[in-house]
Amino acid sequence: MSIGSIPIKFKVRIDPARCMLCERCIENCPYGTYRREGETIVVDSRNCVACHRCVAMCPRDAISIEEKPIDYRSHPLWSREAREAIYNQARTGRIVLAGMGNATDLPNIFDRLLLDACQVTNPSIDPLREPMELRTYLGKKPRKLEIKQGKDGDIELETTLSPNLKLNIPIMIGHMSYGAISLNAQLSMARAVSDLGTFMGTGEGGLHPSLREYQNNMIVQVASGRFGVDIDYLERGAAIEIKIGQGAKPGIGGHLPGEKVGPEVSQTRMIPERSDAISPAPHHDIYSIEDLKQLVHSLKEATEWKKPVFVKIAAVHNVAAIASGIARSSADAVVVDGFRGGTGAAPRVFRDHVGIPIEAAIAAVDQKLRSQGIRNEISVIASGGIRDAADVTKAIALGADAIYIGTAALIAMGCRVCGTCYRGLCPWGIATQDTRLTQRLDPDLEWQHVANLIRGWTLEISELMGAAGINSIESLRGNRDRLRGYMLDEAMMNVLDVKPVGA
Amino acid sequence: MCGIISVIDRSKTGMDGSRIKHALSLMDERGSGEGAGYAAYGIYPDYADYYALHLFFNNLVEPKDKVDEILKTWGEIEYEEEIPTIEQPDLRRTHIPWRYFFKPDCTLMPGSTTPEEDIITMLVMKINTSVQGALVYSSGKNIGVFKASGWPETVADFYQIEQYEGYIWLAHNRYPTNTSGWWGGAHPFNLLDWSVIHNGEITSYGTNRRYIESYGYTCTMFTDTEVVAYLCDLLGRKHGLPEELMVRAFAPPFWDEIDRMKEADCSLNTAIRLTYGSALMNGPFAIVVATADGIVGFTDRIKLRPLVAAEAGDRLYISSEEAAIRRMEPDLDRVWMPKAGEPVIGKVKV
Ligand code: SF4
Ligand code: SF4
Repeated sequence: MSIGSIPIKFKVRIDPARCMLCERCIENCPYGTYRREGETIVVDSRNCVACHRCVAMCPRDAISIEEKPIDYRSHPLWSREAREAIYNQARTGRIVLAGMGNATDLPNIFDRLLLDACQVTNPSIDPLREPMELRTYLGKKPRKLEIKQGKDGDIELETTLSPNLKLNIPIMIGHMSYGAISLNAQLSMARAVSDLGTFMGTGEGGLHPSLREYQNNMIVQVASGRFGVDIDYLERGAAIEIKIGQGAKPGIGGHLPGEKVGPEVSQTRMIPERSDAISPAPHHDIYSIEDLKQLVHSLKEATEWKKPVFVKIAAVHNVAAIASGIARSSADAVVVDGFRGGTGAAPRVFRDHVGIPIEAAIAAVDQKLRSQGIRNEISVIASGGIRDAADVTKAIALGADAIYIGTAALIAMGCRVCGTCYRGLCPWGIATQDTRLTQRLDPDLEWQHVANLIRGWTLEISELMGAAGINSIESLRGNRDRLRGYMLDEAMMNVLDVKPVGA
Repeated sequence: MCGIISVIDRSKTGMDGSRIKHALSLMDERGSGEGAGYAAYGIYPDYADYYALHLFFNNLVEPKDKVDEILKTWGEIEYEEEIPTIEQPDLRRTHIPWRYFFKPDCTLMPGSTTPEEDIITMLVMKINTSVQGALVYSSGKNIGVFKASGWPETVADFYQIEQYEGYIWLAHNRYPTNTSGWWGGAHPFNLLDWSVIHNGEITSYGTNRRYIESYGYTCTMFTDTEVVAYLCDLLGRKHGLPEELMVRAFAPPFWDEIDRMKEADCSLNTAIRLTYGSALMNGPFAIVVATADGIVGFTDRIKLRPLVAAEAGDRLYISSEEAAIRRMEPDLDRVWMPKAGEPVIGKVKV
């Protein structure tokens, strides 16, 4: 017997009383949801992914979209997703792919951590009147300073500092490669970070020549496929990041389908046109921690020890011990990517079930490095599911030096988190290489949206710090006394080393 | 709120405790009668080579036996006694103050360049974390801290501080917020040579505590002032930073100022902020730190607590209020208000 068609996910309706037949919805939908027949717009709801491009473009607010218009018989165990995954696999016999971050409704720890403010016993600080310092340096710090005091009392510094990245604000944009996203999307973000005095990652896709004007604010990535890597690429980056894993799919590699590898992507990645770009699960020259150390050293040697080298790992159970190994490899920062991290496409079973939350991972990593007395050896960068200024502030209070955003920056450029990046037809011109779609994204406009977002967060973080009586970010970092757990269990609070509300 | 006052005689001439008692009592408005304390340097000349360990015992049975045993394992007790006190009508005696004059056995800490200090630090942490009913609150050579819950004059009379002669005095009148009424929570805080008095609240306490604990210190007194003493020990003693630079690490200039400095200064200050970012203290505070060599007073980076300094001959005074200084010495050569984060340093003449 045939499984038949599964219920549609979205029901699209056009209000004929409002529609003016301008056909913008037809032009804007790359999935073929709309067509015109005579004096009506006909809708094929099954094609809709709820990217909201049509809704945003309709001049008459004529379109409405309803989620899950047809219910299954409800059942607590056999959810809609569980049943549909089975229909899908019964038909195809393949791995189910899914986009964006973890979609299960596990509790979010950030939402259960509350921040502090001053009352009476100490004054809050007004960021409009007093300086508020968010400047952050990423890289190794000396354990102690060696100084020499001359006869005349002059103090001379004997310690030489390792190269550090100077960030005006502790918010960076994480690695999303050219190929996975469009050049216009990368250009917009690059211009935003260089305007703000922070950094973004190139992702594993090389550095397109038109991004070179922003190279001083770009971190170049070396991942297991080594796409786009040569000495010129390494030398252009402000820092180099070795990608071991990613929070959305720990333990597995990546796959950019050949359709996305057009002439430009092919040149930037240094692979033949139309060939699939496959990043293996492990780096085949890193089978143990010593091998990682060698790669860190080789990259440093190649760039004359002038650039910080970061190592990015997915937050897995043993993340603290792994980070401590990385701290000993002469790497300058470890990026920990939590299980809510976004991605273009990941096997659903990985996206939803592998890895741990970033909050717990940061707390564990910071604690382990401190207990071993090597916290100064390495900076800690948190990423994966950071949505707003409060998440940033909490991540830093838990012990992170800085954070990476990903999805939030895409949303600032229009992304609606529709989760269909893997189809290469992103209606907002982000996760696509189709020029008809990428031209929808105007870097001259969108860079300002990205910059505005980060600027807005910066103001909010300054206010939160001022309210807590803190005027420099160093005093927020690892200051878990200014966090309280609300509706978190005791074991979780022990891991986070925070007290419950009221204590 | 809290009131602080400190004095050093740079020629090391002794001063008895009667004047500082009057000065501190003048600032009763700044306290609540729940805590006051004094620290004095140079008061035990007969035992100058021994560490004077001051402890609060809840009783003289179990906790004291345990402490005796620990001390005997790690060195030799030259002399011990209950610290002489006189009952005061408005002071409730909840602990028994005791003092040991102790010499650690350096052979027990091989591989250390400062075995005596390391043993004492270790013993303080060990007793305070593992012996119920015992608290070491003073552990330097030729130094003593005297503190309790009560008004400044009551605590002074309880310990008869006018009987002690010191060349440095620190005094503190407390308005408790975080640990009320507990004798251990009164200031000064001391570790080895370092004593600290503090007015204010350190909003970066969590960061400072995590930092200092990763160097083997354990915070046991539930108050932010304690970390100041440990941070001084780490930066000043173990890392060998001169006072100016230590204060620079605690209350550094803003980046805007650093960016405008000449190259050598800029790189020195940048290096301090990068290396000691976690030792930066935030929040409103005025602090005086003392060692046998001198005193240093400083405030937070935007001076949210008062601090005034004055000189008269060899004596340097640092206090919350000028009036309190004038109570000790009406005839001052110079009085000034230090800028935010700028240290006032008084060193003994060598
Ligand atoms: S965009 Fe709106 S108004 Fe235009 S045709 Fe579509 S539904 Fe009608
Ligand atoms: S990037 Fe585009 S395709 Fe991907 S979730 Fe956002 S809107 Fe959808």
